[in-house]
Amino acid sequence: MNETLKNNTAAAEVDTRETVLEVKDLVVQYVLKEATVEAVNDISFSLKEGEAIGLVGETGAGKTTTALAILNLVPDPPGVIQQGSISVCGNDMLNLDVKELQKIRGKDIAMIFQDPMTSLNPVLVVGEQIAESVRLHEDVTASQAFDRAIEMLELVGIPGARAHDYPHQFSGGMKQRVVIAIALACNPKILIADEPTTALDVTIQAQVLSMMNDLKEKFNTALVMITHDLGVVAKMCDKVAVMYAGRIIESGTLEDVYNTTLHPYTEGLFNSLPRINNKGSELKPIPGMMPDPTRLPKGCAFAERCKYATERCFEERPASRYVNETHTVACLRYDEPDFHIEGVED
Amino acid sequence: MADNIIEVKNLKKYFKTPHGTVHAVDDVSFNIERGKTLGVVGESGCGKSTLGRNIIRLQDPTAGQVIYDGQDITDLSNQQMKRMRHDLQIIFQDPYSSLNPRKTVMEIISEPILFNKLMKGSSKQDVEKRVRELMDTVGLAQRLINSYPHELDGGRRQRIGIARALSLNPKFIVCDEPVSALDVSIQAQVLNLLKDLQKEMGLTYMFITHDLSVVNYFSDDILVMYLGMVVEKAPAEVLFKNPIHPYTKALLSAILVPKVNGNPDHISLRGEVTSPINPPDECRFTRRCDYICDTCKAGTPPLIEIEPNHFVACHCVKPEGITLQRTVGV
Amino acid sequence: MSKKAAFATPDGPIVYKKRSRLMETWNSLKTNPGAVFGLIVVALYILMMLLSFVLYTREDVVAINGKEMFLRPSAQHWFGTDEKGRDVFTRIMYGSRYSLAVGFGAVGIGLIIGVIIGAISGYFGGAVDILIMRFCDVLSAIPGTLLCMVLVAALGPGLINLLVSIGVTSIAGYIRLARASVLATRGNEYVEAARAIGMSEVRIALTQVLPNSLSPLIVATSGNIASCILSAAGLSFLGFGVPVPLPEWGALVSGGRTYMLKAPWMTTFPGIFIMVITFACALLGDGLRDALDPRLKK
Repeated sequence: MNETLKNNTAAAEVDTRETVLEVKDLVVQYVLKEATVEAVNDISFSLKEGEAIGLVGETGAGKTTTALAILNLVPDPPGVIQQGSISVCGNDMLNLDVKELQKIRGKDIAMIFQDPMTSLNPVLVVGEQIAESVRLHEDVTASQAFDRAIEMLELVGIPGARAHDYPHQFSGGMKQRVVIAIALACNPKILIADEPTTALDVTIQAQVLSMMNDLKEKFNTALVMITHDLGVVAKMCDKVAVMYAGRIIESGTLEDVYNTTLHPYTEGLFNSLPRINNKGSELKPIPGMMPDPTRLPKGCAFAERCKYATERCFEERPASRYVNETHTVACLRYDEPDFHIEGVED
Repeated sequence: MADNIIEVKNLKKYFKTPHGTVHAVDDVSFNIERGKTLGVVGESGCGKSTLGRNIIRLQDPTAGQVIYDGQDITDLSNQQMKRMRHDLQIIFQDPYSSLNPRKTVMEIISEPILFNKLMKGSSKQDVEKRVRELMDTVGLAQRLINSYPHELDGGRRQRIGIARALSLNPKFIVCDEPVSALDVSIQAQVLNLLKDLQKEMGLTYMFITHDLSVVNYFSDDILVMYLGMVVEKAPAEVLFKNPIHPYTKALLSAILVPKVNGNPDHISLRGEVTSPINPPDECRFTRRCDYICDTCKAGTPPLIEIEPNHFVACHCVKPEGITLQRTVGV
Repeated sequence: MSKKAAFATPDGPIVYKKRSRLMETWNSLKTNPGAVFGLIVVALYILMMLLSFVLYTREDVVAINGKEMFLRPSAQHWFGTDEKGRDVFTRIMYGSRYSLAVGFGAVGIGLIIGVIIGAISGYFGGAVDILIMRFCDVLSAIPGTLLCMVLVAALGPGLINLLVSIGVTSIAGYIRLARASVLATRGNEYVEAARAIGMSEVRIALTQVLPNSLSPLIVATSGNIASCILSAAGLSFLGFGVPVPLPEWGALVSGGRTYMLKAPWMTTFPGIFIMVITFACALLGDGLRDALDPRLKK
């Protein structure tokens, strides 16, 4: 642990990379007639160019809402960004008008969604769709844009000749590649990927992730990877933020969170996964379910599922604390100097 | 002699479409031992779900035999099959579409009992008592007995599906991706439940999934399918320690381990799954395979036993020596 | 049964009480103002029809009164009088029996036959499906009014024959709708689950698929009631419907058309009656669809 700390300080000294994304104290709610869904509750994180952060959590943790908020695309109504600031390459996303936002979306920041089937226009050839996004943001002729589209297709591993094909002529994995090509066509600084490989088969997932990794390095794109799959994060990301009930409950570098896991929920997630190398080990699921986001408890949201919870956990909401320069955890039990979790089984 | 509860012999299921005949399941044979779990893995479209549905006769096989407990059930009439269905049940993948939205938990779980007149002569209260027992068994709070499926979350809905399958006291259950739609922590709860039920009731499972880490945890034997055919079959430990077929190797290397630096470069497969419509008479993996030998195009390879209980269908693998020479992409 | 289906206990979880389906549907319908309005209007129309049997004879609405032609609405003649001096209000009251019978009867015939054939077509598919769909194509190729006229001519005049022929004409639409809805529903895994417990196909179609395919049909049905009343009007006008002196609503509207400028009340009032029942049926249909679907209940 000391060594990690040293490494990180060393890295911090030489790190002159520009911060491209900064989310501060973000609160997003969906205000419905009967109730208010507290989707994102005060989260902050930042990302430097070329970095990749994994937002990990289960259904309803607020991952997708966070992503939509970054683009200022939270459906309103019912979504309301109650508080916070979001800066994308220096632009204050929450205080721009629609025209300015449209310039930034696609150019500085792009997003890919889980389902490649519904993200493409079925009546346009894929080359046109890529070219369209180029022409929106750059002053190029139609034929230049189409040439660029062909170039992009080849970058994502699709023969350029297929630019004249329609989406239905591609398989699921190929469609997701096209979606990625559209997202990267204007060379954005930040790419947000919302479960990009969940709908794909394992071998195809492996292909697509490798390709994304290569492109990310080539273009020095910062990546926000939204996923429930801890394996995808391990492959793709340098930093991790674990979300639960709209809060980041643990964050840090990949090494911080995976090797010196601190939060009981993160521990529970790891222990819920079957081990590939250790068939005999028994799964230790987290009991119960995530609390109803319209009625979050007043204490720690994880307390009722947590085996370490004390009475105080039900009363008080834990604040995020730094345990080293990069590693944060939001758990009251760490007030006790001797407290430690049982740890992740190998 | 092993005590096989299910024997599948040369099972085929073809679908006619305007574009040609889909070979969804093509000449598949295997046995499942009583009380054990057979895991079936493969990517979407490999025929694993079709295989499961044909074994319990939700669909009628095109050719081949399914033998349950020594009895050939392939040609039983619907009426004869009705009695068999008590023993052969299925748990579905999608906890949303597998429950009738207009029925309450009580109605869904009691439907099989009432329909099959399992508790003939019993009062309504007795049936309700039985439903409550089943809810206990699968870990559903009894207070939910009159709720509708849409009022519950995915994990609980999946438990309803399991209770419904258990209500007929089955011996053999096809689990068709039962945890794929669930969150990780809930997935582990349901997997543990299925394991406990197996122990308590001596159930036999056929566990269909695309998730290799789950299948490893859950199964005694594993069947790897590719385009309607079995390419490899072995006990779970053996398959994970010593995969032989190039496709199995690629599948295993594509698993993402949740560990720092846990994912060195995987074997990358070229292209995507080819069409199951009128497949040519050659090894179906040839077009994506990095290991090509002279015989790959000479018919579909048979399953051969290369070590006890370990079967592989690859022309390039010979029983005398199981080395494969990489010929493409070196 | 308990008044409230579900209530929250202080410690959070919701406890579900035993529910009666009929009561639940009623409770849900009750809380929907549109549906309540629709229900009340439909009830009033039926009451009006029943009253007309007691209050008026055929003579009251057919007899010509040369002295009271084209009178404006007044305390004596609420909706005025027509070109033959007959009280419009009385004629509307009396005519409700024809219009409501045609509206509900024709829709009922179309719905029942259409849903049965459509469900068979969608559920079983194959050659049956192709045959039924081609039959539908043929049926919809013939203009509706023409088909009605042919049917009435073949069956002979009369109220029953009128509503049968209007019903038959609307069958193709119901078949298509029911088929599409059943096709979408039968792909659900709960259908396979029912098969896995040994249910026969017919029983699955009736108990699992059909109840889940009804929503679009209920909405279409409530909209169709009005169009059936209007079809009857058209046919009456052409002489194929209810014999002329009898005050079927559509006949009232078309009969008054000639005097639109001179006596607008002759067309306006029956028109309003048709409009209100149409509107009420649509609201009631929407409410029923929501009330019958447990997913849309709170």
